[in-house]
Amino acid sequence: MVDEVAVPEAPAVPADAELDAVAALAGVARVMREHGALVAYTTPEALPILAKTLRDEFAFAQVMDICGVDWPERTLRFEVVYNLLSVTRNARLRLIVPVAENAAMPSVTGLWPSATWWEREVWDLFGIPFDGLADHRRIVTDYGFEGHPLRKDFPLTGYLEVRYDDERKAVVYEKVKLTQEFRNFDFLSPWEAMTTLPGDEKARG
Amino acid sequence: MDQVVAPVTKTIEIDSHTINFGPQHPAAHGVLRLILEMDGEVITRADPHIGLLHRGTEKLIEYKSYMQSVPYFDRLDYVSPMACEYAFALATEKLLGITAPDRAQWIRVMFAELTRVLNHLLSVASFALDCGALTPGLWGYEEREKLLEFHEAASGARFHSNYFRPGGVAKDLPAGMEADIAAWCEEFPKFVDKLESLLTGNRIWKQRVVDVGVISAEDALAWGFSGPNLRSSGVAWDLRRAQPYDKYADVEFDIPVGKHGDCYDRYLIRIAEMRESVKIIKQALAKMKPGPVKVQDPKFTPPKRSEMKHSMEALIHHFKLYTEGYHVPAGATYTVVEAPKGEFGVYLVADGTNRPYRCKIRATGFSHLQAMDKLSRGHMLADAVAIIGSLDIVFGEIDR
Repeated sequence: MVDEVAVPEAPAVPADAELDAVAALAGVARVMREHGALVAYTTPEALPILAKTLRDEFAFAQVMDICGVDWPERTLRFEVVYNLLSVTRNARLRLIVPVAENAAMPSVTGLWPSATWWEREVWDLFGIPFDGLADHRRIVTDYGFEGHPLRKDFPLTGYLEVRYDDERKAVVYEKVKLTQEFRNFDFLSPWEAMTTLPGDEKARG
Repeated sequence: MDQVVAPVTKTIEIDSHTINFGPQHPAAHGVLRLILEMDGEVITRADPHIGLLHRGTEKLIEYKSYMQSVPYFDRLDYVSPMACEYAFALATEKLLGITAPDRAQWIRVMFAELTRVLNHLLSVASFALDCGALTPGLWGYEEREKLLEFHEAASGARFHSNYFRPGGVAKDLPAGMEADIAAWCEEFPKFVDKLESLLTGNRIWKQRVVDVGVISAEDALAWGFSGPNLRSSGVAWDLRRAQPYDKYADVEFDIPVGKHGDCYDRYLIRIAEMRESVKIIKQALAKMKPGPVKVQDPKFTPPKRSEMKHSMEALIHHFKLYTEGYHVPAGATYTVVEAPKGEFGVYLVADGTNRPYRCKIRATGFSHLQAMDKLSRGHMLADAVAIIGSLDIVFGEIDR
């Protein structure tokens, strides 16, 4: 005979224990949930200690991705985004570090060796230098490439194009020649983009 | 008289040289340029140069609407195209706040698993080819052709399928296809047995791959490994189980886990995963019910051709969707799928317009290739080829 054991009701877990724990850490400027994912903001100065805490105490053993985002109109122009993963706790954390143009980021390669290539890529595509990154070469662009292509002010077509010159028997670099003007359609409807219409001042008095 | 003291010298002969492996090398799996510093026949340092296939996908996507971005994902990991589309479709759905209908989810799960088999077949076959075994390559390619026919029947293209769309799949399966796939499910395990009879117990194969390129679980985690490469080191981590998406929570399958983290384990894991994939495909076929395959919202789903003939509204929706596309509310998401090679992620930042503000693609092979130096140090030159083969790298996704 099986005794019927009353299953105790699960203790009321605080709404978001993980969020509160991360918010309590030193150097965390802001924490939020976005589409279910935990997102924390911090500063470049606070990053090394915070990252170490997250790795050692929150078991974020893996940094799955580091990438940059360019927001040219902001005072802190770039965001460096770290996507951390803990396979033991089945948890993810997105760490976002806003950083000014020409400012250097601290490298986290000492904590996660896999950060090396991601940081090289951020340097290559956005031009954000990393302090303490031993191997600071470009990674995905051509040898001798100039500029940082994923910045918003870098044109989609680039500046140089490459072809093989049969007469010179060599690969030559030339300025990009477009046979037709680069077309960048603005699909935003004027009615949606325009927040104040002519005559609104009359309505507001 | 001055005495001339000869300086004490000692001559050490260092047989050190640098080898340029690739970018045009059949065992480089594409355009890998590997600078190998050698001490005789032993590798002392490996420096992979990537980017020779860099096409600026992320930049291009910033200039395309969400629907136009999908085909770029086929061209990332061209060995398992639908797995890449999957991540983008899920990321866009998450930002839009829409969910694909049940049938679409089952179709996506089924094709994601067919893609896994597609990928592992090529991976194992070319890995064997790199180590000098020709037959698995020939057999594997033949079997792959059957899967590519399924791709073609469903989407119209063998490789660049553009099939998984935000909000569902492009179109429903053609009539009779479910039976064809079910028949294939019965035959395929026999093929895996045959393939295994060539390799698993093969003495030459084992001499080439056992205890080569060993990586411990801690190191694999630190180096950002995922997928079969991480599982072969003994970490039972599979996103389909840990963070299930679509219908993966409703299917039963086992997660094969290795012990040694060497090239042989990575091979065995892929073989075992193919068998598990067949299990999932069978369940998907059994649980799939007729129904819509796209979100039933004209703001995201183009109308039927027949409807456009007599509905003005359908015509307007069609026109708006294929010129402007849909607007995605501002926000960001890092959405991942368990691609055949590991964690394939898309960090999608939307700014409320019809184009992604930033679309970062987390390529699976990127971190695997990065560990090449760690894996190949102290091994022979020929082992480097086996290690590259076992990591299952494809440059379409690494270089983006």
